Amino acid sequence: MTPKRKKRLILIGMMVAGVGIAIAVALKAFNENLMFFYTPSAVAGGEAPAGHLIRVGGLVTKGSLKRQQDGLTVVFDITDFAETIKVQYTGILPDLFREGQGIVARGRLQEGNLFIAEEVLAKHDEKYMPPEVADALKTAHKNGAEGAATEGTKP
Amino acid sequence: MTRYLRYLVPLAIFALLVALLFRGLSLDPKIVPSPLVGKPIPTFTLTRLDNPAVTISDADFKGKVSLLNVWATWCVSCRREHETLVQLAKTGQVEIYGLNYKDNREDANRWLAQLGNPYVANAFDSDGRVGIDWGVYGAPETFIIDREGIIRHKHIGPLTIEILNEEILPLVAKLKS
Amino acid sequence: MIPELGHLALILALSLALVLAIFPMIGSLNNTPGWIALARPAAWGQFFFIAIAFGCLVSSFLNDDFSVVYVAQNGNTLLPPVYKVSAVWGAHEGSLLLWVFILSGWTVAVSLLARHLPAVVLARVLSVMGLVSIGFLSFLLFTSNPFARVFPVPLEGGDLNPLLQDPGLAIHPPMLYMGYVGMSVAFSFAIAALIGGRLDAAWARWSRPWTTVAWMFLTIGITLGSWWAYNELGWGGWWFWDPVENASFMPWLAATALIHSLAVTEKRGAFKRWTVLLALLAFSLSLLGTFLVRSGVLTSVHAFASDPARGLFILIFLCIVIGGSLSLYAARAPSVTSGGRFDGFSRETLLLGNNLLLVIVTAFVLLGTLAPLIYDALDWGKISVGFPWFNRMFVIFTPFLVVLMGMGPLTRWKHQDPADLARQLRVALLISLGGGILAALPLLHEGSVWAGLAVMLSLWIVCSLLLSLRQRLRYRKGLAGLWQDLGAKGSGSYYGMVVAHFGVAVFIIGVTFVMQYNVEKDIRLSPGESTELAGYTLRFDGVQARQGPNYRADRGTVHILKGEREIALLQPEKRVYTVQTKPMTESGIDVGFTRDIYVSLGEGLGNGDWSMRLYYKPFIRWIWFGGLLIAIGGLLAASDRRYRIAVRDRVPASAALGNDGLIANGGS
Repeated sequence: MTPKRKKRLILIGMMVAGVGIAIAVALKAFNENLMFFYTPSAVAGGEAPAGHLIRVGGLVTKGSLKRQQDGLTVVFDITDFAETIKVQYTGILPDLFREGQGIVARGRLQEGNLFIAEEVLAKHDEKYMPPEVADALKTAHKNGAEGAATEGTKP
Repeated sequence: MTRYLRYLVPLAIFALLVALLFRGLSLDPKIVPSPLVGKPIPTFTLTRLDNPAVTISDADFKGKVSLLNVWATWCVSCRREHETLVQLAKTGQVEIYGLNYKDNREDANRWLAQLGNPYVANAFDSDGRVGIDWGVYGAPETFIIDREGIIRHKHIGPLTIEILNEEILPLVAKLKS
Repeated sequence: MIPELGHLALILALSLALVLAIFPMIGSLNNTPGWIALARPAAWGQFFFIAIAFGCLVSSFLNDDFSVVYVAQNGNTLLPPVYKVSAVWGAHEGSLLLWVFILSGWTVAVSLLARHLPAVVLARVLSVMGLVSIGFLSFLLFTSNPFARVFPVPLEGGDLNPLLQDPGLAIHPPMLYMGYVGMSVAFSFAIAALIGGRLDAAWARWSRPWTTVAWMFLTIGITLGSWWAYNELGWGGWWFWDPVENASFMPWLAATALIHSLAVTEKRGAFKRWTVLLALLAFSLSLLGTFLVRSGVLTSVHAFASDPARGLFILIFLCIVIGGSLSLYAARAPSVTSGGRFDGFSRETLLLGNNLLLVIVTAFVLLGTLAPLIYDALDWGKISVGFPWFNRMFVIFTPFLVVLMGMGPLTRWKHQDPADLARQLRVALLISLGGGILAALPLLHEGSVWAGLAVMLSLWIVCSLLLSLRQRLRYRKGLAGLWQDLGAKGSGSYYGMVVAHFGVAVFIIGVTFVMQYNVEKDIRLSPGESTELAGYTLRFDGVQARQGPNYRADRGTVHILKGEREIALLQPEKRVYTVQTKPMTESGIDVGFTRDIYVSLGEGLGNGDWSMRLYYKPFIRWIWFGGLLIAIGGLLAASDRRYRIAVRDRVPASAALGNDGLIANGGS
């Protein structure tokens, strides 16, 4: 192997190693930044980990929005019609936030299933609800319908 | 041989991507068919929205082609589709029934007084119990019911003129004939 | 009548696109001059008819013709005329029409400006563009006809989405599409070269200015989009790593790699296979972006009508175009000869490094964008990728890119002695290290390691650009010398590079400072009450109701004081658009070179009190200023005299057209 080729190989080796490390770091960060989505039923069923950054979504229950004394902190319920969880958020709600509207909140679950949101998202387009929410409602409904069916056969 | 294979790598990656995207298309939550399509409407009895003394039940749907529109005053999209429903009612092509879902009687009646009432009659489902039987997972939704009282179609999301012309009215015409 | 005319024009355009895609291509393969000659008139005819169709839709909007479904959904009599025009591309059907309109425009531009190309090559290029056009025209006609009628005719239209009623967003889509669609030119040149088996320096020189112009439009489009998001969404953010944004950013990254790689292929004849693959990739990512936006497979905060049937159509089209071109690549690439040789350390190697990094970053953005879909498809749960990850990824890769960016312009082609380069760059290294450390220390401001890093990287770019300028101008004297050099052949590319790289330096400062020193405050204020924000006093003077042309608004009044002196009066608004009954936040922004003050209204809390969101955004303008500089750099590079010389000297050059005539004559 000529010295020139050797130099070239070392250079390429260094480049590959550097880029490899960068990719590994980026991939590791990727895994840490994945946020899982949970439905209110999943939260109520204890599937969602407390203290981790997660997202929850559902419809804002009508009449549940309460504003606290400071005017900035709000508490509301979100539901998938099977279960309901309480969400607390301090800050300004998005323009399209309304009761009855599907929303997704990003934040952490506290003890007692209170969800402290860091961010609340409502779709720009009010025609559709966020797909995760639609899916959550659908799943909850399926289970609910089965429940209802068994109930119906009892009496 | 490997010399040639390596130029196939981009194509292979693309093929994987296409498979993923294809799967993604079928995952779309908006096109899931309702399990109730093709089945008779669930039995129910509810009070009428405008008059708590009068009831409305599944029997009212027999013998004619009709629509059942699930709506609520808290539902933003329902407001958007309301004008479309009023226009449809004016044409007299099909009877529209309403299922007022998880709502408040006064609010709902005020809404109809203000925005016009396209409905033949409204069933008042305050706790959403009947809604669950119908497989409602959000308002607005619209069902098409045939003469035998069988659900023929379900549309999720607000109705637009486009959807009426392409999806709803052709089916109504077919069921009527 | 007018809508029918538009519809008919579209059908005629589709048939001409078929002619364009079939005959010139076959003619070029079996050498039938008559068929080859069809390319140009077919391209012009296609443009003519699509222009008519586009004009028809514009006129339907201006005349409030609500018998057209699309107009009824997106137009309104109360809409200001400017927005009636921009409403044309406010939703799915119209934006597709704009897409094909721009595509046919690019096709005509190629047929006019690339006249000195060999007829066979030109015919193939136009033909491939015609093929792309067929896909989009039939998509338009079969799944999303913008001229469909409605009966009964509504009395009033559904109005344009209020979010889109903003000057920034009126021109953002056309710019972005100019970029997306412009990538089809580079793509078509690449396909034509692959078919002809001629991947050489001449090919690179032909496609280079086109690629650069498309890239410039993409840069402008993305910058405008970011500026719009900042102004209009009321969250003070300028980039959200939203799938729709990523869809425009991925082709930009690939195109950035492409313009660098094209430089190597043009100058040195190297990287040919790689360059051609990048050309395919850049356009494929544009198409993929269209798919992601239009099919609704990904959740996005952006509002677009999504429809799985349309998604399936685009997916099939993607398979044909991308799958076909990648198969052609797989068949032809092995026989392409390797070009100019280079040493382990040379400008070629550095550009290879640049390309590698840009492609890796593109792949990561793609991964982050598709990850929710991947997880969902494999039933691993529903996830989303937090935007901190995207930011972190860029923090990891940007320093590598910037180090190369500083070295590149000073490094020779073919071979460079590393020790020599190190000697030249010693000053730049010292200055940037020194500046970076100073910025990281808490002297003028609170210190931050990240701010230090940003200053270091920016200074590194600026210093090495200055060194490179000094080297270039070493035989020229003073400003006169600079002026003389500006007019020289090849100077456009050089100065374009300088300006664009300088833009990156400005951008890095903007991004890092706004993220490090951003001050954000959510607060409840009563009329007359004041609050402090980053050394400024903000006094709230209540909210008044106001009537706009098609909306009602609550307009707040906020005085900004520095000490005792009032420096600005902001009037943020909360609007409710009458037709769509949609609330909108119109923020009040005091614009400054080194900082913005940004106020947006939350909600009325009774007794005249309002919740409000206040931001102090240092250096945020630098982000868009940097983007603008990058785009200007692209413009300079594309206007390089060496691409125009051929046009001006066409007659003598074509007379001298010999064996090597393609190269001597090439480029427009």
